[in-house]
Amino acid sequence: MERPAWAPQGIDISVPSVSRIYDYYLGGSHNFEVDREAARKAMEFMPGLPKIMQANRAFMRRAVRYAVQEGITQFLDIGSGIPTFGNVHEVAQAADSEARVVYVDHDPVAVAHSRAVLDGNDRAAVVTADLRKPREILAAPEVGELLDLDKPVALLLVAVLHFVEDADDPQGAVAELRDALAPGSLLIVTHAMYEGIPVPAARAAGTVDVYKNIRNPLIMRSREEIARFFEGYEMVEPGLVQMPDWRPESAPADEDPYAFSGCAGVGRKA
Amino acid sequence: MSGEPDGPEDRLRRFATIWSRAIFPVTASSLTRVEFEKELMPLARRLRDALGERTLDAPAAQAVGAALIGVHCTDPEALTRTLDVVDAYLVLYCRADEDRREDELRARCARLQHSVAAGFAQALRERTLVEQEAISRAALSARSAVAEALHASEARFRAVFHGAAIGIGIADLEGTVLEANDALVRMFGGAENLVRGRNVVEWTHPDDAPHLWRLYEELVRGEREHYRVEKAFYRPDGTALWTNLTVSLLRDADGVPQYQLALVEDTTERRLLNLRLRYEATHDALTGLPNRTLFFERLEKALAAGDGMRFGLCYLDLDGFKTINDSLGHAAGDRLLVEVADRLQGCATAPGEMVARLGGDEFVALTTGRDTAAEVDDLAGRIMHALSAPIRIDGRELTVRGSIGIVEGPAAGERSPAEVLRSADITMYRAKSAGGNRYELADPEADARAITRHGLTTALPAALERAEFFIEYQPLVHLGDGSVRGAEALVRWLHPQHGVLGPDQFIPLAEDTGLIVPLGRWVLEESVRQARVWQERYEDAGSLRINVNLSPMQLTHPGLVSDTVDILERFGLEPGALCLEVTESALIGADDDLLKPLRRLAEMGVDIALDDFGTGYSNLANLRRLPVSVLKLDRSFTQGMQRFPADPVDLKIVEGIVALAHSLDLSVTVEGVETGAQAEQLRDLGCDTAQGWYYARPGPPDRLHELALCDATR
Repeated sequence: MERPAWAPQGIDISVPSVSRIYDYYLGGSHNFEVDREAARKAMEFMPGLPKIMQANRAFMRRAVRYAVQEGITQFLDIGSGIPTFGNVHEVAQAADSEARVVYVDHDPVAVAHSRAVLDGNDRAAVVTADLRKPREILAAPEVGELLDLDKPVALLLVAVLHFVEDADDPQGAVAELRDALAPGSLLIVTHAMYEGIPVPAARAAGTVDVYKNIRNPLIMRSREEIARFFEGYEMVEPGLVQMPDWRPESAPADEDPYAFSGCAGVGRKA
Repeated sequence: MSGEPDGPEDRLRRFATIWSRAIFPVTASSLTRVEFEKELMPLARRLRDALGERTLDAPAAQAVGAALIGVHCTDPEALTRTLDVVDAYLVLYCRADEDRREDELRARCARLQHSVAAGFAQALRERTLVEQEAISRAALSARSAVAEALHASEARFRAVFHGAAIGIGIADLEGTVLEANDALVRMFGGAENLVRGRNVVEWTHPDDAPHLWRLYEELVRGEREHYRVEKAFYRPDGTALWTNLTVSLLRDADGVPQYQLALVEDTTERRLLNLRLRYEATHDALTGLPNRTLFFERLEKALAAGDGMRFGLCYLDLDGFKTINDSLGHAAGDRLLVEVADRLQGCATAPGEMVARLGGDEFVALTTGRDTAAEVDDLAGRIMHALSAPIRIDGRELTVRGSIGIVEGPAAGERSPAEVLRSADITMYRAKSAGGNRYELADPEADARAITRHGLTTALPAALERAEFFIEYQPLVHLGDGSVRGAEALVRWLHPQHGVLGPDQFIPLAEDTGLIVPLGRWVLEESVRQARVWQERYEDAGSLRINVNLSPMQLTHPGLVSDTVDILERFGLEPGALCLEVTESALIGADDDLLKPLRRLAEMGVDIALDDFGTGYSNLANLRRLPVSVLKLDRSFTQGMQRFPADPVDLKIVEGIVALAHSLDLSVTVEGVETGAQAEQLRDLGCDTAQGWYYARPGPPDRLHELALCDATR
């Protein structure tokens, strides 16, 4: 008999996964041929894609360290993907060994791998949940055990919102998360956009098509649309900017041109 | 570790800077370049040391290659650039021993590059294998988590499947049952082999809706996703299993039909309950006969049968049932009805015949077919015969009689059940009026004339408002001199449809509904007014009196005395000019309370007449205590005198009554005088006053003037 509709979703590694593609961009081997094939195709249009990922990682590292400096020791990283290196818990716990981190992803393989990586770390955990269902995230037992939502939390939505289609109401989901956090909390976001990509938009669209074909459409949004994710939060200086321009620790001029694709920002709940 | 400018440390740092600038662009590290350079410093130092060693330290150079992987320089381009930097700058920045020959250092540097490359490749291979294994293990573990969840989910659903109260079955598209849950098996009697492996197309039942199997065919052909029907199955013991059956088509991932899923809800009990409720709603609880509701349904069908079919209806009402009920009690009455119902049922056993109880002692029998004209007559005969044998209740033999109205006609949908029943009702009353214990056939003309009790009752209140009543006056003549002494007021109803109706037709109805009180007051008022008019206009006609009837209900009405006094005063009529007529039966057994108002009126001078005297069985001795001054002999006494010679017994009786009345100081009035001979005889017998057609029929007030005047002038 065919699998009934009520049964849990199965695992099909013959389908590319955005987490494993991301890992491949970063030089990792936590991926299968289908993932690499999709990644190579995307890189045909934008050979510098790995540099965008690296810029994302670098921004995240700076933002986490900023959060620790601001006295935040609780982190909720949604869309955490495959942990390769320089992960939130490594950065945060290096800055403050008491920092607590909950990772959330809806890719069961990414979650299984995260679980293996985090084995033995009692201040970090991973939850299988979907950004589109924020209530499930907030109700997850791991969130309740590790995080105190009455105190400030740094919520990371790094390179994940551009995988949520408008039909799934990303604004609503983010609003629900924003509302659940205590004053002083930080919202850390990066998002893809056409602005700043060092190739013509028509060419960048080729990459967008690759993601559409693997049924994980990449939603390019304008800076204004991205700014709306911070509604009600005060933007931390320098605001919503291209990734290398957010509180740089080395001269942005030295950065690869691809690093300026997409934007990043941090907002604070008053 | 700054070191003096251009000292060995400074030169080493410069080497590291060049190196980091070369490979930073091809790393995936999230460190800044400056941080990254710090990561390279120890590696640069190891390379410098290896360069200075006397013998080749290959492991140190391999470790440097491996360490590049450790700082996430996995891109082969990082190795290329590293080797370029080492080749070009290591000897230049890192030679410690100025004595060593240049070519020797260059050779060592080349050997070190080989080892760095080997170490890099080795570490990259290790890391790739580890990561591949990690991701595979993650995939496996995710899969087994899913499998576990699937297993748990399947176990849950299996529990639901087997524990469900509703029957669930799965069959292939050929109809073979593959799976059946416990509930379904139980419905079919408990043996699994009666369900599993069987083919659903075998499960036909005579009660299957005609479209049921068409729906089934459409479903298995994939033209329909589901259907829901009410369906009966045979249980192994032959009894019917009634179900609500929902069948759905299950398709595979590509949409190809695979199985049919049936949800079966056992509705047998509910259906029985429904049938029972339906039975109770359509049958009479006392006799078990079909009730009015069911009878109307059947009659409606029978009337619309068409195709040359006819119907015959007998409407039976028992004669004198009320008396039995009143005298023997309701329990006995009920037993009588049950016995009658049994007998009636025995009369209508043929197909197309039925008996029903409409309520009270009213029954109907229906026959349908092509020859109902003869059959219904026969049916009525059988019913009369069935009732003829006495019914034994509480040791008494009761004789039951009935009156039947018959309606017979074509079932062409011309008449509604209500119309047919009304016609039968009217006809039944005709049979009853004709003395009862008989049956009559409906006659459309008689129907049209017939006035139903119900119709009149409902029209009464409005009739009073619309002034549809009027009064006729029948003269009362003094037998001694033939003079007109007064008149009896007789109320009439000018009904818009039925014309003029006599008091017999509506006074009992007015009594039942209480309307008699306002109606009686109106009659009294109108009569008194009229008497006053006569007195004023025709003084020479002598003192005319007015007789007004009082019904039993008016007698008990508390306003009788005050209303009467009020009316007399209002119109200025002296009490002695009014005579109130009360029937003998109304006063039988009357107690003092009932007589008190009459006494008060009599004391005031109002005459009280005892009407219809001789029809009841009043105690003659009782007459003394009644406040009456006039006896009105019933017309039955005068009937015997119409013949010639008159019946001597009647003469003796009337003579006796008159003597008795006179000895009690009562005057005697006779009704129904139709001939001169009668009038003469009654005068001889000593009667005082008479009324009847011989003198005048009831008529309008003006007629009375004429009679009185003409009499007075005679």
